[in-house]
Amino acid sequence: MTAPLGKDLLGLERLSAEQISLILDTAEPLKEISERTIKKVPTLRGATIVNLFFEASTRTRISFEFAEKRMSADTVNVAAATSSVTKGETLVDTARNLEAMKIDMVVIRHPSSGAAQFLAERIESNVINAGDGTHEHPTQGLLDLLTLRERWGTLAGKRVCICGDVLHSRVARSNIWGLKKLGAEVAVCGPRSLLPGAITELGVQVFDRIEQAIEWADALNVLRLQLERMTGGYIPSLREYNRVFGVTRERLDRAQRDILILHPGPMNRGVEIDSDVADGPHSVILDQVTNGVAIRMAVLYLLAGNSPRLADAAKGG
Amino acid sequence: MAPSESIVLNARALERTLSRMADEIVEKNDGTDDLVLVGIQRRGVQVAARLAAVIKEREGVEVMRGALDITLYRDDLQTVGPRPVVGRTDIPVAIEGKHIIIVDDVLFTGRTVRAALNELADFGRPARVSLAVVVDRGGRELPIQPDVVGKLIDAPKNARVDVFVTELDGRDEVILLQGSGA
Repeated sequence: MTAPLGKDLLGLERLSAEQISLILDTAEPLKEISERTIKKVPTLRGATIVNLFFEASTRTRISFEFAEKRMSADTVNVAAATSSVTKGETLVDTARNLEAMKIDMVVIRHPSSGAAQFLAERIESNVINAGDGTHEHPTQGLLDLLTLRERWGTLAGKRVCICGDVLHSRVARSNIWGLKKLGAEVAVCGPRSLLPGAITELGVQVFDRIEQAIEWADALNVLRLQLERMTGGYIPSLREYNRVFGVTRERLDRAQRDILILHPGPMNRGVEIDSDVADGPHSVILDQVTNGVAIRMAVLYLLAGNSPRLADAAKGG
Repeated sequence: MAPSESIVLNARALERTLSRMADEIVEKNDGTDDLVLVGIQRRGVQVAARLAAVIKEREGVEVMRGALDITLYRDDLQTVGPRPVVGRTDIPVAIEGKHIIIVDDVLFTGRTVRAALNELADFGRPARVSLAVVVDRGGRELPIQPDVVGKLIDAPKNARVDVFVTELDGRDEVILLQGSGA
């Protein structure tokens, strides 16, 4: 029998609205587990999960690890910097060696777009994309969707503007796909140098001024301005960026209605977002972090149903 | 064999059964002190609410209630697919020292109750745990027995017993389904 998500979670572009809703609906009751004294359910007992991180990550890796442990899976973390990748081993060889040790799932973060899919096509284990290049970061997109749905009840007809470095952002792409599938209107706002040329083909509006975006939106998803972009010549200076595109209290107050503020972290306070906004009453930034664990638990639960090895074990094979 | 459907309890009979179960629960607990009714998702939750309503009417006391979804504790998760839908678990009181009554609609193999016991243990150590079910249909696969039973029937293994409650199904009724449709 097939699990409703298939073998892997590679991106939101290829999921249907029903599949996305199933993940959100599953994540909601799982939040309660993290409130218990014993924060653990036996669901994935005996399953082995490898967190394969070829790129620095704190929040995402820890969030996955908590999710795995709260579902009772056994986990191993492999960081590329300390693995045989530094000796020139290819991605596939690394994964095949791990599979030879009988694992069930791989969570992969990789600087190349498409790395998760490349791996998924070559190994039997379930593959979860934890961010591939500038392509997708599906669990981040899902946790953003859950955070907004919790506040609004539904995403249909709501307006969400993604602000900042959309060009380099896998979070932006996953958000655009997910939000549109669930019926939200999506816009982007940022300097033209940081917006992909063909962005309107994804069916999103473009705002050149943050004031217009604030006037239009019910929520702003403020992306991290990666500081290396400045040296890359995309923006003149951080101060200039903050002056023109920074999400400030003063700008939000002019809207005279509640606008939810999301940020995938880590934040550059005083650059893309001011502290009094990040810590303000309409910030759902910490809700995003809490929801991230539940979303990842839900994805693990739903994918585990389609693990060939677990199914064989159950048959006594 | 053509499928056949028979009524085990109609609405009136179900109401009487629930009233008697509520009385038995209070009797076994020697009052309502430290009593917590924990319904198993889904229909056990509605049954627990009904029992609590009867107890309130008779004793004038609002007994504590909780809900347990045992999906993540099932012993067949590796064989069933697609994944069963996960419901809400809500244990709003500290269960240490309490008398927990696990409430479910139908008792069959006992595997759901086994899962519920394991899940409860993750919330603490109650003084005592009892089991109340609307229908005990026999067919146990584990050494688990109920303390309070609404109706005892001997249903064949391939039959189905469905408890319908107004809150979810628009009617109160217990049905036994036998034959190919079951």
